[in-house]
Amino acid sequence: MKCQELLKALSEYVEGGVDPAICKELEKHLGDCNPCRVVVDTLKKTISLYKNDEVYELPADFKQRLHKALQEKWRQKANPHSDDASAKKD
Amino acid sequence: MHDVADNALVAQVRAGEYQAFEELVSRHERRLYALAWHLTHNHHDAEDVVQNAFLSAMEHLADFRAESAFSTWITRIAINHALKLLRTKRQHSAVTLEQLDDDGEPLPLPEYIAKWRDDPVLNVERNELRAILDEAIERLTPGQRLVFVLRDIQGLSGKETADILNVTENSMKVRLLRARLALRETLTRRFGDPASRQAPHDHEREHPATPPALPVKEETP
Ligand SMILES: [Zn+2]
Repeated sequence: MKCQELLKALSEYVEGGVDPAICKELEKHLGDCNPCRVVVDTLKKTISLYKNDEVYELPADFKQRLHKALQEKWRQKANPHSDDASAKKD
Repeated sequence: MHDVADNALVAQVRAGEYQAFEELVSRHERRLYALAWHLTHNHHDAEDVVQNAFLSAMEHLADFRAESAFSTWITRIAINHALKLLRTKRQHSAVTLEQLDDDGEPLPLPEYIAKWRDDPVLNVERNELRAILDEAIERLTPGQRLVFVLRDIQGLSGKETADILNVTENSMKVRLLRARLALRETLTRRFGDPASRQAPHDHEREHPATPPALPVKEETP
């Protein structure tokens, strides 16, 4: 297995989605190759650090502003001639 | 209303029901905001991106084709707004979704190979860890950042991610791998134990099935 193939296989191996035949070859390789083992391990750790990242909450004031802006736009669309009152920005 | 599929809501919006649009917005705003934040690295810009995306969606809902998922469609709209913003603010060379591909280059080989010291989750203060992770993402190209955020952070499937980016699953995978390798590199420089650092193994030759106990002559046919 050469570097490029190896790297591609590693990424799928990390996800568990690698073809069983390649997996066997890869595991054999990992058994022999300490640097590759460390790469796999640190690659897994990298991904899991980001997976555990919690979802960003929408800032509360933004949520309000967003929904207000959308509602105004909707009204304008429904009523194109009465937009004078809602034309002011906040 | 939570059981109603997105596409059914879209039909209601087209029939003039604003509540259905609100529900669509509520379903997707957080994910899009997180995506926009990772792409722009700026809260104000992320807000603009999300707001403009939903305004565009309202405007162009007639163009939405029900054979694709609403989430894919709205995500693409948000990404396009984010890229437009990056283009004007940073004069980024990559300007559209289509131009983000860097598949032509060979994959970069791992350079900094070392075991990590202790678990960063336990040993680094939360805000500091988040800043480190965000900074590492910011160093990716926009194309890599996108695929990594969609796939590994937001947990979209390979197919969904490929659809959003309008690339084949295979090309999506290669780009994802580039992103993962680049992040591994950055984080290992940060969390790796220098004492355990080792040189990369030369893989340009086929590996023997078992490691040679003694140096093997290369010339053997
Ligand atoms: Zn190796």
